Amino acid sequence: MAERVLMKGNEAIAEAAIRAGCRHYFGYPITPQTEIAAYMAKKMPKIGGVFLQAESEIASINMVYGAAAAGMRVMTSSSSPGISLKSEGLSYIAGSDVPAFVVNVQRGGPGLGGIQPSQSDYFQATKGGGHGDYRMIVLAPASVQEMASLTVKGFNLADKYLMTAMILADGTIGQMMEPITFEDVEVESYDKPWALTGTKLRRKHNIVNSLYLKPDELERKNFERYERYRTVEENEVMYEEYMMEDAEVCVVAFGIASRVAKNAVAQARSEGVRVGLIRPITLWPFPSKVLRQAAEKVKSFVCVELNMGQMIEDVRLAIECTRPVSLCNRTGGMIPSPDQVLASIREAQKGGN
Amino acid sequence: MKTTQILIAGFGGQGILFAGKFLAYKGLLEDLQVSWLPSYGPEMRGGTANCNVILSDDPVGSPIITDPDVLIVMNLPSLQKYVDSVVPGGQIYVDSTLISEKVARTDVEVYYIPATQMANDAGVPTLANMVMMGHVLKNNPELTFDGTEATVAKLVPPSKAQLVELNMKALQAGRDYQ
Amino acid sequence: MAIVFQKPKSLSDAVLHYCPGCPHGIIHRLVAEAIDNLGIEGEAIGVAPVGCAVMAYDYFNCDMIEAAHGRAPATATGIKRCRPDNIVFTYQGDGDLASIGMAETVHAAARNENITVIFVNNAIYGMTGGQMAPTSLPGQVTQTSPYGRDVNHCGWPIKVCEMLATLEGPEYVARVAVNNVKNVKAAGKAIRKAFQNQIDRKGFSLIEVVSACPTNWGMTPQKALEWVESDMLPYYPLGVYKDRSAEKEADAK
Repeated sequence: MAERVLMKGNEAIAEAAIRAGCRHYFGYPITPQTEIAAYMAKKMPKIGGVFLQAESEIASINMVYGAAAAGMRVMTSSSSPGISLKSEGLSYIAGSDVPAFVVNVQRGGPGLGGIQPSQSDYFQATKGGGHGDYRMIVLAPASVQEMASLTVKGFNLADKYLMTAMILADGTIGQMMEPITFEDVEVESYDKPWALTGTKLRRKHNIVNSLYLKPDELERKNFERYERYRTVEENEVMYEEYMMEDAEVCVVAFGIASRVAKNAVAQARSEGVRVGLIRPITLWPFPSKVLRQAAEKVKSFVCVELNMGQMIEDVRLAIECTRPVSLCNRTGGMIPSPDQVLASIREAQKGGN
Repeated sequence: MKTTQILIAGFGGQGILFAGKFLAYKGLLEDLQVSWLPSYGPEMRGGTANCNVILSDDPVGSPIITDPDVLIVMNLPSLQKYVDSVVPGGQIYVDSTLISEKVARTDVEVYYIPATQMANDAGVPTLANMVMMGHVLKNNPELTFDGTEATVAKLVPPSKAQLVELNMKALQAGRDYQ
Repeated sequence: MAIVFQKPKSLSDAVLHYCPGCPHGIIHRLVAEAIDNLGIEGEAIGVAPVGCAVMAYDYFNCDMIEAAHGRAPATATGIKRCRPDNIVFTYQGDGDLASIGMAETVHAAARNENITVIFVNNAIYGMTGGQMAPTSLPGQVTQTSPYGRDVNHCGWPIKVCEMLATLEGPEYVARVAVNNVKNVKAAGKAIRKAFQNQIDRKGFSLIEVVSACPTNWGMTPQKALEWVESDMLPYYPLGVYKDRSAEKEADAK
């Protein structure tokens, strides 16, 4: 078995990215994700890779765009305000159908907000962020181990579906250390005949582009892209179920909130409350089906989030409002205590029908 | 099944995070499940620092500690802030060089260690944090003193190997304090 | 019969969409000739801007990418850092390069990024219909400076070559024009040098091409070329503003 090592979540992402074959990192400093850049700055030159600190988040995402178009596994990382700046580039990357890997270690917002952990970029990540019709695969790790495994997964999915895969983490998971093991990483490789390599005068020129001035052509492109998104929705949903077998109350939480929620669920169970947890691991595609199935059995849902209630909208949509859904939340860098979640669970058990 | 939640707090620059790392690595080498969560802020030095370490036989749930089993404080504001959060029957370690106030609670075990003074006397003035850790190990049998040197060696970069000995000196002083 | 003149191989058969009398066609040709002459079409990767040249990806036969507005030097950096053996160039206008993309331009130059930048300065935003550009002259009438550019209100034009030449970074910075045959020939030479520098791994080369926009200037093509000579070139003098290799050689002597 591979050795257990203690690592910060941010460092685990960086190491996993390298193991996934990423040799190009373009970034710009911002708390609380700077360890990723620092790790890359140290490692990349030693393994023939490139670490480049760009002049801005805007420049760095456009470097990612160029490198992705050149056919390389490439990444950038940032935190909330920085992701806003990168959103233009994310839209271009989506519109050009090139694969990219992006990390958002979230902090409180809006505006400059704070630097403590938050999940308030859920809408931005799952609903677009940039302009136009597009999706990103959004992965929500809840442990340092998952920071690593979902990074490898993210690179593979990005290449497979020619789109951006984003890790949506938060300051807590980024900054905390836990033991992890790097098992043999399964790097999937995909042909990239569309990549900019130079024609070598042996083929027609490749064009990486998101401009379609003819409306019917642009519409066709968008339809095609959404066909691809549909296969992602069919094949790539990931979630964890915890004590759901006989649950009357279903807690829904991702990332650090799910860790707190799990403690509260265990506590409630010890008091005889029949409660379970569904933890979405992919936020897009969202595990709507399993929630719909859960709605047939449970009385009510509790969403635990570090925001003003964002994922809760997707939960309500998934269950088509057939059960009450309550929100247990903190924002601004605050994290709910297990007691707060426990109180919400007890409340939810009383309600419902 | 046993889970120990440890909160370490003090000023930035006192080695609070390093002390936490030491406990986390100690747990790791003893095959426990561990988590280490630092406070992080805009300042690099000064200000307050704290660190949550959880050692457990089972996978760690939330890494955030609200009710510590063990509290280690190296300044007065930290003691005042966290003293009431310690679970009944828990432990509180106080650096009595820097904190003259006594703990009023009677439902917890309190250890007063003049760690900063001891570190100065031992010629390792920056390692009061490790003096505290030495005393923590002494009173928590699940974290034996065995393997301490290997743990410290994990934390110190190879280029600064001489620090292992200094850390051991501080840890031993803390362990031997009566 | 001997062929004495033909379209460069690196230009595609696509019909250019540029307005009648627009010098973009000439500048495209100069770039394509440089690529042909240096035999690098198979290695070249071009980055198109947002602006009139947005569809340049259709006009060059090499691999092409369309960048976001102003970000061509960053996108080119990403490509070049992945494929250092390819020849990467950007083709940008004044709004793209000197306004929204100024940071990307300056920092690519400061890094001496080994790319070739073709900067077309016609002192106006063309594609959006003739608004004031960062290089519009004092007093110049545009759609968004209808009373003439008032420098007290909206500042002075930016002289890109002069500014970049103050940096340690860039290898080669030169300003050329395409308003007459002599200048076109000199421009072709400079562009070729800018590509040769990249082949020689010397670093960042930027060629500012002073151009014209008859449509948005509201002039006949001929009048526009005269205006380049009479109004633009006094403000934007032609010449080599930085040539590090030449400076080094001179120092050595």
